[in-house]
Amino acid sequence: MSRKASDVVAALTSWRVVLSIVVLCLLPWLLPSKALAVNVLVYGVLAMGYNLLFGYTGLLSFGHAAFFGAGAYVTGIAIGQFGVPWYGAVVLGIAGGGCLALAIGALSIRTRGIYFSMVTLALAQLVYHVALQASSWTGGENGLRGFTVANVDLFGWRVNFLDPVNKYYILMAFAALALWFVSRVLNSPFGAAIEAIRENETRARACGYDVERTKLLSFVLSGLICALAGAMSALHLAFVPLDVLHYQTSGMIVMMTLLGGASSFFGPFVGALAFLLMEDVFSLWTSHWQIIVGSIFIVFVLFLPKGIWGTFLAKVTR
Amino acid sequence: MSAPLLAVENIGRRFGGFVALDGVTAQFEPGKVTSIIGPNGAGKSTFFNVLSGVLTPSSGSIRFKGADLTGTRQHRFVHLGIARSYQITNIFPELSVHENVRVGAQASRSRYNIWTNRNTFHELSDRADAALQAVGLSAKRNETAKFLAHGQQRALEIAIALISDPEVLLLDEPTAGMGPEETREMVALLETLARQRTILLVEHKMKMILGLSDRILVLHHGRLIADGSPREIQTHPEVRRVYLGQNDGYA
Repeated sequence: MSRKASDVVAALTSWRVVLSIVVLCLLPWLLPSKALAVNVLVYGVLAMGYNLLFGYTGLLSFGHAAFFGAGAYVTGIAIGQFGVPWYGAVVLGIAGGGCLALAIGALSIRTRGIYFSMVTLALAQLVYHVALQASSWTGGENGLRGFTVANVDLFGWRVNFLDPVNKYYILMAFAALALWFVSRVLNSPFGAAIEAIRENETRARACGYDVERTKLLSFVLSGLICALAGAMSALHLAFVPLDVLHYQTSGMIVMMTLLGGASSFFGPFVGALAFLLMEDVFSLWTSHWQIIVGSIFIVFVLFLPKGIWGTFLAKVTR
Repeated sequence: MSAPLLAVENIGRRFGGFVALDGVTAQFEPGKVTSIIGPNGAGKSTFFNVLSGVLTPSSGSIRFKGADLTGTRQHRFVHLGIARSYQITNIFPELSVHENVRVGAQASRSRYNIWTNRNTFHELSDRADAALQAVGLSAKRNETAKFLAHGQQRALEIAIALISDPEVLLLDEPTAGMGPEETREMVALLETLARQRTILLVEHKMKMILGLSDRILVLHHGRLIADGSPREIQTHPEVRRVYLGQNDGYA
């Protein structure tokens, strides 16, 4: 690695939160629509939360739709049925997703490899069917409606939340918080512990790490961030479709993370952007756009396992 | 004879119908090097796994400094003062050599802290550098661990095991897969370590064992068939029959 390139990477790493926020600030003016930009925020935060578990701890969960959905439903129900102010509803949404992550994590963390993936998938399906049946709370198949946030009060200012630009920057504040938090976790001693577990679980245990407890904490932190993404999605759409809990959502999270680059800090946002752009463009041509996205995904898994952002970083550092 | 640091009492371990360890009783004094030998399948690895908490014994007990460790979870053993290396190289391949050891040191200090920057723990970083110095890897500090030569990876693993400053160090075939030159370096390293702590060693290289050990235990079919000084073991009739006899020119 040349001196200059390593300096660039070191600078990118130590300024990663600020740089990411700058990119997100510019995003709505670079993309064809503000709605697409908001979706990049929501799914970027979702994939980033997932990446903490998948990319950094090495656990492939197929059930993260449950935490995204829990965050969205709890936020929507809190506003629509209990009249909780929007910021309180976001906090409740995060807490709800975190509790669900603690429960699902505690049940699944002792299994390994494919079994872990299957247990998380099964438990998330259980959550899906509970939401489907509890239609008086969730609206069942029709989804949850009736909690539109039209105005938000920010430090005495009344801001029109229906304006796309206002909405984007308010939701971006949450994304910025999530970026800061994840960066903090990755820099911490705990971040070193989860990397060690990803690299070699046996050795990590022999070093004195309680592997199960560490994994569970990582699972819960990941669930909290995914629940925040759910809460953002609920505020954005003023609607929670039952599909947020569908296993296709879990699959999409994995795809976005891998496309962008697992175990890279900004990769999940790049992956979310790439996925949503492909969806936008290809769905104009054909209703079978998923075939094209799927083929591209296969190419990535086979030839660019580090994803778009990870491959770019590797090129820069070589 | 000083009080034993580590003692196993009538340890047994079964895997289904197979008896891997059958009533092994032994005591280990501080500051001594004890080798455990025996033919393949004799129960050496199972014995090590029981001593390091990887496996819970089916019967019997382990005592360390007077406290009963039977059933204690593996990660606790390190904090109590028993660390190990593995027969098959067991390092963190994608991390730097320094981070491999630093993260090992961190386990005794901070495991769940998500708020502090890990780089502010200078003491851990310094300890890692000292450990790398001790095993002769200082020059490789910033390399990715998977790119090290085999012998260097083995040395790195010993540095990781040493970083918790264990009273008892369990080394499972530290020279496995090494050439003569690398083996010589490892033996020199082990000789230095032997002056500082209690070491239990599983090895196949007889010449090395006879040179290093204060005492040798011989396992056969899960039973302890001999326990004594290298000289006693060499002349022990049953040992000669089951083990050394198959290995002409061992010394």
